[in-house]
Amino acid sequence: MDRSTDVGQDQSAGRIDRRLLVERASHRWLQAAGYLAVGLFAAIVLTLVYESLPLLAEYSLVQALTSANWDPAQNEFGFLPAIVGTVYVTVLSMAMGAPIAILAAVYIAEYADGRLKTLVSSFIDVLAAIPSVIFGLVALIVVVPFVGDYLAPAVGVDATGVGILTVSLVMAIVVTPFIISLSVESLEALPDELRESSLGVGATKWETIRSVLLRAAGPGIFSAMLLGFGRVFGATIVPAMLIGGQTQLPDSVFSTGQTLPTLIVNDFGELMSLPLTQSALIFVGLVLVVVVWAFNFGAMLVRSRLQRRWQY
Amino acid sequence: MDRYARQRLFGVFTRGATALVVGVMGLVVGVTILRGGRVLLADPAIAITPPGSRYMLEGTGGFLHAVLGSVLIVGPATVVSMTLAVSTALYLQSDYSSKRFSDVTNMFLNVLWATPPIVYGVFVLTIIIAIGARTSLVFGIVAIAIFQYPIMTRYTDEALRSAPDAVGEATYGLGATRFESAFMTIRAALPGIVAGIVMGFARGIGDAATVLFTAGRSTNMPAGPFEPATTLPVLIFDQAMSFNAEVRAHAYAASFVLIVAVLGLILTSKLLAGRYARFAPGGRHS
Repeated sequence: MDRSTDVGQDQSAGRIDRRLLVERASHRWLQAAGYLAVGLFAAIVLTLVYESLPLLAEYSLVQALTSANWDPAQNEFGFLPAIVGTVYVTVLSMAMGAPIAILAAVYIAEYADGRLKTLVSSFIDVLAAIPSVIFGLVALIVVVPFVGDYLAPAVGVDATGVGILTVSLVMAIVVTPFIISLSVESLEALPDELRESSLGVGATKWETIRSVLLRAAGPGIFSAMLLGFGRVFGATIVPAMLIGGQTQLPDSVFSTGQTLPTLIVNDFGELMSLPLTQSALIFVGLVLVVVVWAFNFGAMLVRSRLQRRWQY
Repeated sequence: MDRYARQRLFGVFTRGATALVVGVMGLVVGVTILRGGRVLLADPAIAITPPGSRYMLEGTGGFLHAVLGSVLIVGPATVVSMTLAVSTALYLQSDYSSKRFSDVTNMFLNVLWATPPIVYGVFVLTIIIAIGARTSLVFGIVAIAIFQYPIMTRYTDEALRSAPDAVGEATYGLGATRFESAFMTIRAALPGIVAGIVMGFARGIGDAATVLFTAGRSTNMPAGPFEPATTLPVLIFDQAMSFNAEVRAHAYAASFVLIVAVLGLILTSKLLAGRYARFAPGGRHS
């Protein structure tokens, strides 16, 4: 046998081996990475549930969620004030932010074009990337005096300016660019035939947008709003800076309060000294996760439902 | 009101809403830059003055330790997160996994993406307590990496999806293995991937809720990987809540640095996306 071809075959066989080895090893690694998302999800849920058990052993779920008395020093853990505060903030800021977000999205997707469109949508991108701590900081010198010195006296209330309304105003600003870009995306995904045929039968542009486009893009816009809901619900830094941190049931939109995330921020210092506090605060984390995830799965469900109903 | 008047009115509304949003953005950026720039110009030394343990009370000391902390936490976190994100996104491509698997995983990624950052902070903190460690730079990195992972995976997945099928077909046609083919697909999708990485970095550097309990609110220079550190957003948060007016003023100087960094990163992402476009088949050659 010719020795030289033998060596050549060996070499090429070696090269193929190496390539297959790389292929096999990379497959293992990528497979592990592929399961990472699910694994992380499971790890978070299991950890939070496990760490919440000590609290739930002492309190019933109903008791913890409906009691208004929050006093870790006395082993009293009632989450109602924080829940009410969170719901207040979420509903108010969505009520203020969502209509503006949808109108702006319609403008960007349907009215603006060329340079102006690029300019406005990159402004919105920038707004979405500004850290929320900066919104909180600017709000301290702009929104707080506005609410405290003008808005509250105008309706005859005595308020310092920090409180639920202030947080809602700022959160409306924080969440708007997020809803806008998702809504623009779903409006732009619509086929041009829709616009053409609606305008072709004599509808005005506004009628086209209202009766055809918003309907066709409805599932996307609706799930954008639900995602925005989840964003506000889990917001931490802005409420911690502007809500005032009072654990009591708020009596008006101008009063100070507490949200679920701010409860964690404000009380984690007491973690080491009080036995059940740690468990209680981790339970708050669990509640946050469950609600936000429910919103998410809800958004997906509603989206597919509406897609089936509002077919075009 | 006839339908044309209604149409005009609606047009005015949409313009007004957009103007409001853009105006608010101008206000936020403007106030931060003007006010922070003024504080910084009045006393440039606050940027580098080494802080002491009592600087929150006395109003002395700067924010260099927080800048360093931010870089030392978010930099490594971005590298870790990027490696994992690109791997996950690759696995979700049809060459490796089934459509069903990637749909399910995408659902979980969406849910992780929407999870409030404070939850990641609490999650990592429970791990710290469970293993008896203390808050430090390393755990800050872990928390930020977890926070960035779903964001970057989404961007990367989208970029890989939009890479032309021809790349895969051509490489398989030449006898490439899946990994070699994936490598070329990554090259083709590089503009989108780089944009995703920069955006993930920008989000990570701006987030305070995840590092609040995991990195520790140190007032000293970061001393080592297992020592406490702090980041700019946490510093701004702490300073803004201070009772000392001078300390509160310093928060604006730090936020000036933060907003300039974030704006710079967004600009970089746009520029890089343009620059790497030459790797894409049929892309612009420069």
